[in-house]
Amino acid sequence: MAFFLETLLGGLMAGMLYSLVALGFVLIYKASGVFNFAQGAMVLFAALAMARFSEWIPGWTGIDNRIAVNLAAFLLAGMVMFVVAWLIERLALRHLVNQEGTTLLMATLGIGYFLDGIGQTLFGSNIYEINIGMPKDPMLAFESVFEGGILINKEDLYAALIAAVLVAMLSLFFQKTSTGRALRAVADDHQAAQSIGIPLNRIWFIVWCVAGVVALVAGVIWGSKLGVQFSLTTVALRALPVVILGGLTSVPGAIIGGLIIGVGEKMSEVFVGPYVGGGIEIWFAYVLALVFLLFRPQGLFGEKIIDRV
Amino acid sequence: MFYRENGQFKTTYRADQQIFPIAQDRWAVLLLIAAAFIVVPMLSSGYMFRAILIPFLIMSLAALGVNILVGYCGQISLGSGAFMAVGAYAAFNFFVRVPGMPLLLALILGGLCASAFGILFGLPSLRVKGLYLAVATLAAQFFSDWMFLRIKWFTNDAPSGSVSVAGLQVFGIPIESPTSKYLFCLTILVVLALLAKNLVRSAVGREWMAIRDMDVAAAVIGIRPMYAKLSAFAVSSFIIGVAGALWGFVYLSAWEPAAFSVDLSFKLLFMVIIGGMGSIMGSFFGAAFIVILPIFLNQFLPFLGRAVGVPISTVVTSHAELIVFGSLIVWFLIVEPHGLAKLWSIGKQKLRLWPFPH
Repeated sequence: MAFFLETLLGGLMAGMLYSLVALGFVLIYKASGVFNFAQGAMVLFAALAMARFSEWIPGWTGIDNRIAVNLAAFLLAGMVMFVVAWLIERLALRHLVNQEGTTLLMATLGIGYFLDGIGQTLFGSNIYEINIGMPKDPMLAFESVFEGGILINKEDLYAALIAAVLVAMLSLFFQKTSTGRALRAVADDHQAAQSIGIPLNRIWFIVWCVAGVVALVAGVIWGSKLGVQFSLTTVALRALPVVILGGLTSVPGAIIGGLIIGVGEKMSEVFVGPYVGGGIEIWFAYVLALVFLLFRPQGLFGEKIIDRV
Repeated sequence: MFYRENGQFKTTYRADQQIFPIAQDRWAVLLLIAAAFIVVPMLSSGYMFRAILIPFLIMSLAALGVNILVGYCGQISLGSGAFMAVGAYAAFNFFVRVPGMPLLLALILGGLCASAFGILFGLPSLRVKGLYLAVATLAAQFFSDWMFLRIKWFTNDAPSGSVSVAGLQVFGIPIESPTSKYLFCLTILVVLALLAKNLVRSAVGREWMAIRDMDVAAAVIGIRPMYAKLSAFAVSSFIIGVAGALWGFVYLSAWEPAAFSVDLSFKLLFMVIIGGMGSIMGSFFGAAFIVILPIFLNQFLPFLGRAVGVPISTVVTSHAELIVFGSLIVWFLIVEPHGLAKLWSIGKQKLRLWPFPH
């Protein structure tokens, strides 16, 4: 029982991190109708910037306090992400207004490749560390309830907490502010939104900035867990089925989808994996999402799209 | 002037329905094929064959398959690498396990297996489309990556996980030298490309295009979406599977699952975007572009670096490759969404009036 709960908790924690990356996808899709394949590249880019800045800042300014350095690096990396967002809007998306979703999808694939290349050229392509001082040692919980207790990774706990705060803030932003409303209008119909005076360019810039910040947070958390390296982009690929499962337009969907995928992955790996040679967590989420799509194409919380001729 | 079709009257339906109804096209294609079969082998070195020509031919074939699915039927696929892998491994299994299996038959059987795999993973396309489908096809990719790595049966229990083939021959002619490999790939490419060209202008091809342009409207006028979509998946995966088998058998001759990773899927999609979606010709342009660009960058960047006095390492070149690929994709989507094939047809249009524009 304790082992089962431990697996479940581990899955939930991993799922929270998936949700965080998935959130980046959902945000951009919800607010601009673009399915952003570059999210993985953005996570890598942001994490690389953060890791390198926190390495360079002591040399530049002489500050040696870890909290101050990390804060400064975070702000600098955030600024870099804003610049990236601005450039993406200015150089690519502005010229693709009113194009079909698939064209935009392929454009973001290109943007992703570009960011991968430029990020590694600017910041280097070795494995870097982000040390934001999260406690690494696991702790035991519920020792009184179960024999031997449950092993919980403190790091995961903090990550889940940060993710939860971020999600709450974003939901408020989307639901309660007028900018959030404008974002949702743009997602529904570019042309209609433009015609009632919503400045599409500015909206897109804001959305990509928000996605950049989400990517940064995801990058910092994943990066401090796994180290910053190229394989971080595959984390984004792992988060794709989450989006499908939860529905492309739903923030709660991203969260719940992430939790389901996280738990499913861990459970399948631990309880089914040994029978089929292991490693099934690579595709389990995808096949789960695929089967799910057959029954509910719009995902758990997605909007049903009605096509008319 | 060079490309004017005035005066070419068709007096029979047969003449009107040829694959290339315009005489100039017909001659150009015939000349091109003749040159590819006769002139190119005489002029090329072993390096040219191995590094450029053979990968170009095989990638063109794969891009052709992807183009049928993505360009003609509008079903975005990011799992093309998986279909190539299935083709390669299936052909390998038939080739190794069945004694005396002819190479051509193994290739065709490999293609058919890829077809079945494609139909299986194409099933979601009946319910979802566009963005959701793109992600759904990634499932095929990751599943095949895992399948060929972990299930030992597919690799004939090879302990290292990599498989190899040797002793290729067709009708008693060995396929060992670069020239014979080139000619073998070229023959298959020409046959399949002509078949594909014919197919996309047939009733099936027009159904695909109707589905691509607007599937609801197509269903309303009586096109069965299920039949059209699944046939596109089947035909495209067959071609991609044969290309995959060629890639493994002829180009790599020993390979492991990483040879057909998700990276390859993306590259194939890029070939189609850059070459031109919904154009057979475009597949060739795209493949040529993607095959030659890295080689060009590998030669050109260090040269440029020496000229300016900055040493350029291979790491920098590989990053530059990503940057150039990425920016080219975006640039093409913005400036010329129909790809290089559109430039080609603009050129033909200009030649129609040249040298006397209106």
